[in-house]
Amino acid sequence: MSSMAPTLHVVPPPTRQPVIESQVIGTLVFIVTEIMTFAGLISGLVIVKANHLGPWPPPDQPRLPIEATGFNTLVLLASGVALFQAWRAFKRKPLDAKKPFALAIGLGLFFVVFQGFEWVRLIGEGLTLTSGALGAFFYLIVGAHALHAVVAIVLLCVFYRRLTRLELKPGTFLGAQMFWYFVVGLWPILYVQVYL
Amino acid sequence: MAESVPAADVHAHDDHGHHEQSFASKYLFSTDHKMIAMQYMFTGMAMALIGGFFAYAFRMQLAFPGMDVPFWGQVSAAEYNALVTNHGTIMIFWVAMPVLIAAFGNYLIPLMCGCDDMVFPRLNRLSYQIFLLSAVVLIASFFVEGGAFGGAWTAYPPLSAKAEYSLTPLGSTIWVIAVALEFVAFLLGGINFVTTAMNSRAEGMGMYDIPVVIWMIVIASILFMASVGPLIAGAVMLVFDQTLGTNFFDPDRGGDPILWQHLFWFFGHPEVYVVLLPALGITADIMATFSRKKIFAYKTVLYTTFATGVLSFMVWAHHQFIAGVDPRMAHVFTITTLLISIPIAELCFVYIATLYKGSITLSTPMLWALAFLGEFLIGGVTGIFLGASGADVYFHDTYFVLAHFHYTFFPIAIIGTFAGVTYWFPKMFGRMMNETLGKIHFWGTVIPFNCIFIPLFFLGMGGQHRRIYNYENFPELAGQGMQDIRIFATVSLLVMLAFQVVFFINFIMSLRSGKKAPNNPWRANTLEWQTPSPPPHGNFGSEMPKVYRGPYEYGTPGREEDFWPQNAPS
Repeated sequence: MSSMAPTLHVVPPPTRQPVIESQVIGTLVFIVTEIMTFAGLISGLVIVKANHLGPWPPPDQPRLPIEATGFNTLVLLASGVALFQAWRAFKRKPLDAKKPFALAIGLGLFFVVFQGFEWVRLIGEGLTLTSGALGAFFYLIVGAHALHAVVAIVLLCVFYRRLTRLELKPGTFLGAQMFWYFVVGLWPILYVQVYL
Repeated sequence: MAESVPAADVHAHDDHGHHEQSFASKYLFSTDHKMIAMQYMFTGMAMALIGGFFAYAFRMQLAFPGMDVPFWGQVSAAEYNALVTNHGTIMIFWVAMPVLIAAFGNYLIPLMCGCDDMVFPRLNRLSYQIFLLSAVVLIASFFVEGGAFGGAWTAYPPLSAKAEYSLTPLGSTIWVIAVALEFVAFLLGGINFVTTAMNSRAEGMGMYDIPVVIWMIVIASILFMASVGPLIAGAVMLVFDQTLGTNFFDPDRGGDPILWQHLFWFFGHPEVYVVLLPALGITADIMATFSRKKIFAYKTVLYTTFATGVLSFMVWAHHQFIAGVDPRMAHVFTITTLLISIPIAELCFVYIATLYKGSITLSTPMLWALAFLGEFLIGGVTGIFLGASGADVYFHDTYFVLAHFHYTFFPIAIIGTFAGVTYWFPKMFGRMMNETLGKIHFWGTVIPFNCIFIPLFFLGMGGQHRRIYNYENFPELAGQGMQDIRIFATVSLLVMLAFQVVFFINFIMSLRSGKKAPNNPWRANTLEWQTPSPPPHGNFGSEMPKVYRGPYEYGTPGREEDFWPQNAPS
């Protein structure tokens, strides 16, 4: 991303040592918006659930895979732990972070692909966006999360490449971690609200 | 996120004739915060002209139903709906926000904080590009089949959710997409504002040395980013309802239309404060400068603003008193709504205390700032009637509401903007504006403004409902007395619009041949005045400023000058 030739710049005198790196602040501010967006989605689901007459989930709709997704939740949490291990290794010796970093990406990918297979199965069973409130909210909320997971994994891959070339800056890594922890930490909440 | 270049092309040493930039890279794809601010400002002004033109077209229809409106033609009922909807949308999302937050935020934050550019300059450029795209998308909705969206700027479903009801199969989706794009643009901008104000302040500038206007813009950005999430969620659901056939908001098929109102107003009410705070900040700085006094109770202003921000998240349901919310909930929201008038009233008192015994110069920016205070007070006081659920049952959706929020939004978006533009014009363009023309424009705007909206309060109290295209079909509202008031308001609008020509003449003439502006024409303390007008690329030349004191040290005893720049070593 920083493709501009450094010779063109007159680097300004350092103004002050930031307490928190700019990338981290930027990411945190962005995450606030994201949290509120998901809060909006979840509150919508909660209101619809509360106003729903009869049992929830509606008996005429396909069952959501509670156990399989529970396992998948653990996989995603493990991915978060792996990234944290990568950060600890990074602080000691950057190249040591490669293995746990790759593991975090791999587990994240597993999570998304596993979800994809679940979706295909559920669509086959007749749970679609238009089949009712359950299907609509399921695909909306889980899909929104999956979108974030995919974007985050792509970013992590970019940063992994930088890591192998020793170009990854600690601030960027921290920002990336914040975003991934958001994606990981959000999921159990969604799991409880949507699946259970 | 990964933008790690410290700042955009910084050419601190050659402020003129630095390496040849093509027209496109200088004016279209610049990463310089000043240029991006100008882009936002001029785009916002162009959108203001469009929004004002819409107001002209539908006010003409209301005053003279069925008339062939010059430059528009017959206003059909569908066109009327599209005009009022897009007038509101444009004035809030494409005028108030880009000019007050994006333009002034971009221009002032690096200059007043004493740094060379935003922390993420390329994110900043992307922000403007997405904003411009959103404006084009919105205007494009007028040229699609079925016409532009006409379901009011609040876009309540089921009217907005299904093409059978709205009759604008494409327009309503385009409208939502345009608004969503605009949010993305301000998200990127807001991230920049918060990060820059936190991390790039000049050496020695503590939290309490930041000018009030910067604080206000930063707090407004935080409010925006904390409140916009639910609306983004709602917008996605609405687009799904419109295009994919889901039923999130359709009560017949398991949805809930009130859900949209909650999601919308959870954003919509903080949004009022998002645009209010920058205007409050601009006027605070202007009042301090032109009354040559320290701002009264600087820290109290900050704490009050924080309190306002927190409270603004707890009042949204006062828009839904007659939408079927539980009366017990209405009580709660009545109380929180009345509570929020306390911090705002406190701010008004602080401003009056700042003026008190000051050495006041009634220059054009100061006139605008004073008008802001006075007019906004009327808006605030009339809001108390609407915040009380008992009165709101009667006033809801009448012209009383309309006049009330125009008395808040007009001072914010128009008066606040003119205050800021006339105050910082010398810095932005290096030339002084003409004071006589400025004052003519001021009186020619403020007097007709009151003539437009005070009558509308009375129409609203008389029961005139909003969003009606032709009152001739309502015998109780079609009387000559009420029609005369409508005509008076419309004529006042025409007068006000005509006086805007004075502003544009003044703007262009001053730009071309105004008196050259010195660095610090208003003898103000903040950092942007301590650098040449207009500031060079990189803002402060080779040496970045160091800050020694707060921004409002006016009339310090024992000093020869009555001002004391923040960066002047004692």
